[in-house]
Amino acid sequence: MEFTSLVFYLFSAILVLAGLRVITAKNPVHAALSLVLAFFTAGCIWMLLEAEFLAITLVLVYIGAVMVLFLFVVMMLDINIEELRKGFWDNLPLAALVAILMVLEMGTVLSGSYFDYAAPLAKPEGYSNTKELGMLLYTDYVYPFELAAVVLLVAMVAAIGLTLRRRPGRKWVDPAQQIKVKRGDRIRLVSMAPQKPSASKADEEEEA
Amino acid sequence: MTLDYFANLLGPVWLPVWTLAKIVAIVAPLLLGVAYLTYAERRIIGYMQVRLGCNRVGPWGLLQPIADGLKLMFKEIVIPSGANKGLFILAPVLAMAPALAAWAVIPFADGLVLADIDAGLLYVMAITSMGVYGVVLAGWASNSKYAFLGSMRSAAQIVSYEIAMGFALVGVLMSAQSLNLTDIVQAQAGGFWHWYWLPLFPMFIVYLVSGTAELNRAPFDVAEGESEIVAGFHVEYSGMAFAIFFLAEYANMILVATLTSTLFLGGWLSPIPGVPDGIVWLLAKISFVLFLFLWFRATFPRYRYDQIMRLGWKVFIPVTLVWLLVEGAVMQTPWSYLFH
Repeated sequence: MEFTSLVFYLFSAILVLAGLRVITAKNPVHAALSLVLAFFTAGCIWMLLEAEFLAITLVLVYIGAVMVLFLFVVMMLDINIEELRKGFWDNLPLAALVAILMVLEMGTVLSGSYFDYAAPLAKPEGYSNTKELGMLLYTDYVYPFELAAVVLLVAMVAAIGLTLRRRPGRKWVDPAQQIKVKRGDRIRLVSMAPQKPSASKADEEEEA
Repeated sequence: MTLDYFANLLGPVWLPVWTLAKIVAIVAPLLLGVAYLTYAERRIIGYMQVRLGCNRVGPWGLLQPIADGLKLMFKEIVIPSGANKGLFILAPVLAMAPALAAWAVIPFADGLVLADIDAGLLYVMAITSMGVYGVVLAGWASNSKYAFLGSMRSAAQIVSYEIAMGFALVGVLMSAQSLNLTDIVQAQAGGFWHWYWLPLFPMFIVYLVSGTAELNRAPFDVAEGESEIVAGFHVEYSGMAFAIFFLAEYANMILVATLTSTLFLGGWLSPIPGVPDGIVWLLAKISFVLFLFLWFRATFPRYRYDQIMRLGWKVFIPVTLVWLLVEGAVMQTPWSYLFH
């Protein structure tokens, strides 16, 4: 066996085990961490296919950002795992059916004559997957790419719009206003001649 | 050559052995640098605050980091009874590993790099973005309020500043037209005024300050704000487990300083044309940026949490976006040489 095949099987085994842990782990934080491991291993497998841009982006986006936020949420929630496990055996037949169908479909696709992949050719020296992808994205596929970007932007604006609520009576300060304040806005110095307390007031103070 | 002799002797085992030797050659000086960075920090901040700093152990206190290391090694690692043991032990490892792994693609001089890969900059970003797991897991696994609050703060802060940092890097790769760190340095050839700090000045400042925030260094160290949450995410850690967090923080400091030097200050290139380039220049630049970090700590009071978020989202991200637009627009005009 070639060394790369050996590495591939090793990564695949880790990936499958990590995937299993995601759905079997009792602790949701452990499950989320297994998902991180699964993403990382998937990245490694893509790296074996010389798709370094996709592999690194997977790590950067999914592990570096998405899963951090996910972990954030999972840690804050008090998830009752027993409650979620109820009805496992009732739903098993349906789930098994779906799973078997999916496996069959995948088998058809991967073994079909349309997808008779030869082993990918080794890339020449100096071939940059990142550059090729960039070239394609910004020339042939520029419109779909821009459309996807606009959809993402709309989603982002919508997400911010949904969480932005104007609450009446909120106390907040505008830092720009705050630092512009002059002494004269806050304090008024009054110069006045020294005065004696009036007689009646002095009596009251003595009584007190 | 002697190397060829060894290569023949070891056969197929040679490549892993040689790579391991190179890794040791990077990591060993790095850890020594980390140890003496703690010493430098105490001495420099000491002088800035008109006191002496550590000067008792060895000549000028030079053996202090070694004494500290020995002390921490002999201390007990206390695991809190309510802690999640596995993750509690794993968290420092997850903090340390990315801080070391990112060094694989850093070029120290022309051709002196462990892995000269084309997507080097992307690799650095991907690996450093994993450092946050150590902090988050440490906070959660400790089963302590303070630790948890610290890790939450840190996670939000790191995720926020990573965006501004990423945009700053986009500016660099637009100018250099490459993701390869060696190419980025070579694109800055020609002396002090050709380095990217000048055309990309806003990016340089944003990168430096975001770097400080990303490292949880003062003035952005709310993740361990002593006055509110004791020591933040590592409050339950002791002995060597605590030391690993410390090592990771300082290794990350050196990493960010190295990246700043490589991307904006011309890496190993000499500032004056005609003077030979070399690793000495890189080391000098790294030391300068590290000194800036220490200087920040001695000078600025800690930011308030909402101010940190405001600075990241409402100041840095717009600044980098505007400068990216300016850069992109200028590159389409005859003045595009300004950004090369």
